Amino acid sequence: PGAAMDLFGDLRRMNKRQLYYQVLNFAMIVSSALMIWKGLIVVTGSESPIVVVLSGSMEPAFHRGDLLFLTNFHDDPIRAGEIVVFKVEGRDIPIVHRVIKVHEKGNGNIKFLTKGDNNEVDDRGLYKEGQNWLEKKDVVGRARGFLPYVGMVTIIMNDYPKFKYALLAVMGAYVLLKRES
Amino acid sequence: LRKNVEDFTGPRERSDLGFVTFDITADILNGKNGLQTFWKKNTLIIFDWNVKQLFLYLSAEYSTKNNALNQVVLWDKIMLRGDNPRLSLKDMKSKYFFFDDGNGLKGNRNITLTLSWNVVPNAGILPLVTGSGHVSVPFPDTYETTKSY
Repeated sequence: PGAAMDLFGDLRRMNKRQLYYQVLNFAMIVSSALMIWKGLIVVTGSESPIVVVLSGSMEPAFHRGDLLFLTNFHDDPIRAGEIVVFKVEGRDIPIVHRVIKVHEKGNGNIKFLTKGDNNEVDDRGLYKEGQNWLEKKDVVGRARGFLPYVGMVTIIMNDYPKFKYALLAVMGAYVLLKRES
Repeated sequence: LRKNVEDFTGPRERSDLGFVTFDITADILNGKNGLQTFWKKNTLIIFDWNVKQLFLYLSAEYSTKNNALNQVVLWDKIMLRGDNPRLSLKDMKSKYFFFDDGNGLKGNRNITLTLSWNVVPNAGILPLVTGSGHVSVPFPDTYETTKSY
């Protein structure tokens, strides 16, 4: 309680200029983060260059909470054995599975089928009604690298929103109250 | 051996279904049969401290009138670090149905079977490596109608 009173005391003593300064500092941090993210999107060609694995369908290679780094270069052909992240038309959730069949026409038109390593059957049951193949446009990216466990934070924040708000509140308080001496 | 069967897993048209039996002998740890790793150039060790597992798969690659390039994975296996790195499989049937998109297997003389693998690290880059040995398989010109699989 003593420390909290000191904190509020500090806050009241901070004049307007200092407050604006802190807010600007905070805004700069947020902008830089956004710029880095946008830069990654451009460099990798993928709309979502970093994704978190949400299910166990690719175990034992990937587990729920692992982080994947994707690229989506236009000229990269889709080949059997590659791990792709795709979205089913009309659904928001990206799925990480392996390509098991590819049929490519001379003009570059590709259709392919995917399956999770840990699943018994291929993904046709996951595709849209009547859809039997995936196409290039469904692909978010190809998995090029991975880090285990790191994505767990996102999953926890999703499953326990209170945790997310608490984290944001702590971060906000820290940035606003931190002083450069 | 090839049949023309209704492809019940996909579009409801008659497509070619191929049956292939194969033997695989591979010595992954020691790099025989030309299976090399590109992590270290001079040592032929694939399973180092950063390799969690290898995802091996046998794929058939071929061309048809309908499609310039077709790849179908016939069989796969997960090999964890610590598993026996020598593969000696004989007379294996394909794990997955070898359906063509259409009728391009009939009389197709040049189906190439290749063994490849995906290195899954504990953390880091995910490379796809293709073994240097591969086999060409021709399919006959006629269909089989007997139920002998």
